[in-house]
Amino acid sequence: MRIDCNAFLGAYPWRKVPGTSPEALVRALDRTKIDVAWITHLPGLFWRDPTEGNAWLYETARAQKRFKPVPTVHPELAQWEQVLADAANAGAPAVRCDPLYLGLEPAGGEMRVLAAACGAARIPLMLAVRLEDGRQRHPNDRAGELPAAAVRALIRSDADVRLIVTHADRAFIEEVHFGSTPEEARRIWWDICWIWGPPEDHLATLLDTIGVERFVFGTGQPLRLPENSIAKLDLLDLAPERRAAIESRNVQELVS
Amino acid sequence: MLIDVHAHFYHARTSRADWRERNQSRLTAGDKIGITIHLTSIVGTFGFTSPMYFPSPRDVTAGNDALLALQRELPGKIRGYVSVNPNYTAHARAEIVRCLDAGMIGIKLAASRRADDRLLHPIAELARERRVPVLHHIWQHRRVDWPGQEASDAVELCALARRHPQVAFILAHIGGGGDWLHSLHAVRDVENVYVDLSGSGVDGGMLESCIESVGVSRLLWGCDITLDTGWAKLRYLETLLDKEQMAAVRWKNAARIFPPGAFPSD
Repeated sequence: MRIDCNAFLGAYPWRKVPGTSPEALVRALDRTKIDVAWITHLPGLFWRDPTEGNAWLYETARAQKRFKPVPTVHPELAQWEQVLADAANAGAPAVRCDPLYLGLEPAGGEMRVLAAACGAARIPLMLAVRLEDGRQRHPNDRAGELPAAAVRALIRSDADVRLIVTHADRAFIEEVHFGSTPEEARRIWWDICWIWGPPEDHLATLLDTIGVERFVFGTGQPLRLPENSIAKLDLLDLAPERRAAIESRNVQELVS
Repeated sequence: MLIDVHAHFYHARTSRADWRERNQSRLTAGDKIGITIHLTSIVGTFGFTSPMYFPSPRDVTAGNDALLALQRELPGKIRGYVSVNPNYTAHARAEIVRCLDAGMIGIKLAASRRADDRLLHPIAELARERRVPVLHHIWQHRRVDWPGQEASDAVELCALARRHPQVAFILAHIGGGGDWLHSLHAVRDVENVYVDLSGSGVDGGMLESCIESVGVSRLLWGCDITLDTGWAKLRYLETLLDKEQMAAVRWKNAARIFPPGAFPSD
């Protein structure tokens, strides 16, 4: 069983990206032997009201059993609590909010209130550190990257909030993990898509120092090749149960 | 056969206390991936006793010596690019002659001097005489002067390549940072520029754009400092290309531009 908890559907505003349709994503899942993809509506992340993409997302997920919707919440817009309730009612495994794309303080009041509400609703909150390498972004794509300090602040802001952080590199993960109490760190899960493999062996190091239970399988597709996250795991000498934890069991336990 | 045209190994005179582990990790991962030859450069001391992208002549020599030793130690696995700093013309040319005579098969230029600068011409001229390709570090669409390096972009490399049409230039790590689409537009019609697919970037659409821009015959597979991304690109390419085209990207294109006999089954 392999679950990609970090996938997108829909066009990217800053460059042409192939394979953004539901049909293309299914083909990519088949190609890479991924059973399930948690999907977010990609263009919506850049809309003034990102939740306008959620209806299509739910409809698309209902039509394809391999998709699980991760709708976007904007805590500065009225009725955002209803968006969160809708997500819970729809069985969404997580909700997403990327504050810097929404012009929000990444650990400001709105985000803290959202974090607390997600904690109360028992829904993990997903955030991306980045979607693209900062060196290649479009000149007008100026949203900052999520700071590690914001993740530390959010996890401390509410005792029930659980975070899934995607597209983080080794330094970011270490800063947050070892800058948190063990109890706080146990409420954060990291997707592996941006962590380097050999020869630097960042992923192997993190699995050793932080523990396999903190990591989940994510790809960032179709912005990134899903083959990369699989290659990282193939290059490790992981026991089958440890690999299974990353590929599916950790997220299954997170949402159960 | 699989040739990684963009590899790096470390040595004792770098700041990496874990240099042996990193080298071993590359070899071990390379075996898993099926890499036949790691085509390698060592850029001085990687910043230990002079800046990484502006290495002193002494460090340049030390790095090349370390690579020659590695090549002797693992003759079936390692081939070398001789690294030079073009600001020291006489040293650079002497170092190229010394290291090619000792068995290296290409020249590596990093970011000590812009690619369209006149100081690159004596290097390119020697590459032509010795019939070896030049791997040139590139910042894909350099919009500013980044600190710590005098990086070139594809437009500047193409200016050099047009002045030296008999030399094969390898545009380094298309996935290594910056706007790769800008580079692919620049190199499209410059037939003696090859695109090295290495780098940590695994953007959806990048490989399709590479094929569309320069065709399969000017693509070279490589990893640079992330072998996982290299393997991912290799796996994805297998879904885009037929067997013969894959062989071209995996090794045949490299065998065509490097000196005859440089690789085992060449």
